[in-house]
Amino acid sequence: MSGLEDLYREIILDHYKNPRNQGTLETPPAVVEQGYNPLCGDEVKVFLVVEDEIVKDIKIDGQGCSISRSSASLMSNAVKGKSVKDAQTTIRTFKKMLALKDEDDIDGETIEPINEHTVGELIALQGVVKFPVRIKCATLPWNTLTQALQSAMAK
Amino acid sequence: MANELMVDNILDQGVLDAQAIKNDFPIFKEVKQDPFVYLDSAASSQRPYSVIKSMDDYYRQTHANVHRGVYRIAEQATNLYENARCHLGKFLGAPHPELEIVFTKNATEAFNLFAQGYGRKFLSPRDVVLITKMEHHANIVPWMILKEQIGFELRFLDFDDDGQLILDDIEEKLKGVKILGVTMASNVLGTINPVKELTQMAHSVGAVVIADGAQYSPHFTTNVKDLGVDAYCTTAHKMLGPTGIGALWAKRSILQEMYPFLGGGEMIQNVTTEGFTTNDIPHKFEAGTPPIAEAVGLDAALTYLEGVSLTAIRAHELSLLTYAMDLMEERFGSRIKVFGPRDPKKRSGVISFELEGVHPHDVSQILDQEGVCVRAGHHCAKPLMTSLNVPATARASFYLYNTEEDVEALVAALERTEDFFK
Repeated sequence: MSGLEDLYREIILDHYKNPRNQGTLETPPAVVEQGYNPLCGDEVKVFLVVEDEIVKDIKIDGQGCSISRSSASLMSNAVKGKSVKDAQTTIRTFKKMLALKDEDDIDGETIEPINEHTVGELIALQGVVKFPVRIKCATLPWNTLTQALQSAMAK
Repeated sequence: MANELMVDNILDQGVLDAQAIKNDFPIFKEVKQDPFVYLDSAASSQRPYSVIKSMDDYYRQTHANVHRGVYRIAEQATNLYENARCHLGKFLGAPHPELEIVFTKNATEAFNLFAQGYGRKFLSPRDVVLITKMEHHANIVPWMILKEQIGFELRFLDFDDDGQLILDDIEEKLKGVKILGVTMASNVLGTINPVKELTQMAHSVGAVVIADGAQYSPHFTTNVKDLGVDAYCTTAHKMLGPTGIGALWAKRSILQEMYPFLGGGEMIQNVTTEGFTTNDIPHKFEAGTPPIAEAVGLDAALTYLEGVSLTAIRAHELSLLTYAMDLMEERFGSRIKVFGPRDPKKRSGVISFELEGVHPHDVSQILDQEGVCVRAGHHCAKPLMTSLNVPATARASFYLYNTEEDVEALVAALERTEDFFK
């Protein structure tokens, strides 16, 4: 199962079995956005509290496969406590890692190179690239987070 | 309710040599994957040499547009196309095969044709269309589109824990119903519905019945006359034929009354700057150049199926289904949940299941690494998934070329899946 080990790294299985920041937040003050993957029926809810342009709290709810659940869990760790701007950079870097953004320079902003120092635990999801069908699973929570950040900033 | 479509003791009626049949299907030799255990025929079947060759020969030797040219190969192409129509009509037991089969792109288009051709003409806002919660989206969404256009009530029949339609209150449910749409066999649960009995009840209140045969005709002998239904949809690619061609069968009188659906060449008798008159049935519904090579391929697929016999195919699938359900029960017990009727005789050759603690998408991924192809997802039946209270299921489905070894490969791969996520 050598190919599979790239997809199902230990850290992914850990975040699948023990998802971080799971649950809901009261809305308001939190905002919530929901994302669906019509292919497999996965759904994710991202609850977000943004204060002074800082992601103060984030909770993830919903159901999905190991890839979408672990991606959501890793994502919540990666953005919690960060500024909105840094969170948006993380989203762009993550999408670059999944080869969804080819350009190093998007919207005039340079994206960091992809390695364990720049993306931390998220590097575990890099193996998903080899399984194109599953890229949508991994990006579903991130697209939903993008929407939630927009909703929070529009308030 | 009785269900005349269920036949007991079918195992005695015939068996087939699945391994020999496999040899007729080039994919099992030429696919770039070893092992290759194909258990997704309910999504799309594979096709034998004879089907591929018939289409190849047609393109090499005969191709011309149909119903137009007066030269020889155009006439030959027309004959091949019309022969395929008659063959499918006879295969489905149509009383007038040459008039009652409308070729469409697939079963989905056949439902859209019926909804827009018949439904739009005869439904008013006070009417009811009754369907079931185990329908494929193809028999749900066209009605929802039409409902947005003209307004009527769309009502659903529920099903119980054994995957059987709940018919205790059927008389109440049928009140005001003008059209009943029901699947012959659920693509998720496998349930074989009592369509003959339901049709009699629907007719007693003056409703017409359209049945979804996409999961039925590839596996069971079909006789629309005996079923009594008014319209019936099916598709070629699930019964050894090519993609890109399906059909609506409907009674002659119904087709004559229906509005045309797609407009263009071939479906007209005359066109002036003032308007048009429609061609005779079935051509009235076949606008534009039809899928000619696909019709030729379908013809060859039906010949292949008849050569093996649908009775033998059903017997074989029932035997695989029983073996698979028993083996899964033995190896996994309550850790695997199989949806639908517990009695294999009450279901077609599909097994939708949930492996405890592993998402269907992950099941399908690990199975793929073991060379086992199963479907994971909502199977284009989201209301059904909602009723089952699951986001998705994994589904294995059997056909004439599957063997007991395929079942064993599935179970072994499921065991490895369970280990992987332990």
